[in-house]
Amino acid sequence: MTITGNYYLVLAALLFGIGAVGLLLRRNVLVMFMCVELMLNAVNLTFVTFAHMLNDRGGQAIVFFTLVVAAAEVAVGLAIIVAIFRRRRGATADDVRLLRG
Amino acid sequence: MTAVVFFVFAAIALTGAVGVVLARNPVHSALLLVVCLVSVGVFFLQQEAQLLFAVQIIVYASAIVVLFLFVIMLLGVDRQEQWAEPIRFQRPAAITLGVVILAEIILLGGGTWATGAHSTRGALERHGGNIRPVAQVLFTDFLWPFELTAALLVIAVVGAVVLARRSGQPVEFADELEARAAADERDEEPVP
Repeated sequence: MTITGNYYLVLAALLFGIGAVGLLLRRNVLVMFMCVELMLNAVNLTFVTFAHMLNDRGGQAIVFFTLVVAAAEVAVGLAIIVAIFRRRRGATADDVRLLRG
Repeated sequence: MTAVVFFVFAAIALTGAVGVVLARNPVHSALLLVVCLVSVGVFFLQQEAQLLFAVQIIVYASAIVVLFLFVIMLLGVDRQEQWAEPIRFQRPAAITLGVVILAEIILLGGGTWATGAHSTRGALERHGGNIRPVAQVLFTDFLWPFELTAALLVIAVVGAVVLARRSGQPVEFADELEARAAADERDEEPVP
């Protein structure tokens, strides 16, 4: 049995769906953030799969930039989370619906 | 052999992803995220993306998850999350979305449909590693974005430091900090 690119694409879509549902279901800001990482990673897998299917280096190069953006996003996002938690102990995503500390 | 590796790691990746969503403890979520990321890295390796596999392990599964764990430890791991949902239709809507995505996947997974131009940025090496081809395209076609990412990383680091720093002057005593936090709590108006 040969594994075609479609298998990877379906798997990536499943991972993306799990991440999206997790983002909506959970209320812990940190876990929501991890779900965003999951979705980013699923998209990376899609890029690599298409690069392989179309025999193109561009797809792999783009994943590089996605990784950099993800790293920057994690750094800033976690700093925001720390700043929020410093003001309110035990905050969930619903507690920060007002844009004032 | 490829098929066996694919299905084994697909099962591990999906289990890890579901675990991230369902684990009560954020630490377990972070560790299951590592499991998921490493198995996705194996798929990179299967598709001739050796450099991305290394980057996935070093940057994602190590650096980013360690950052997550640091923050979890900083904020306290013992806090329990309430599972009661204050927004009424949030849960059904989320599950509906999940079912819609699943249906979409089944619909799309039926045929082969990678259309488009082949090898616009140059062909991949099929045997013998793709580190050199990808580096070549990064430092020629994508040189300007590559330099921009350097600026982006610097901005992110500066932004993180500014955000995470305590506002105002540095506080010398911890109890003074506590008192200030308590005063802030008292000043706060109840949320309408």
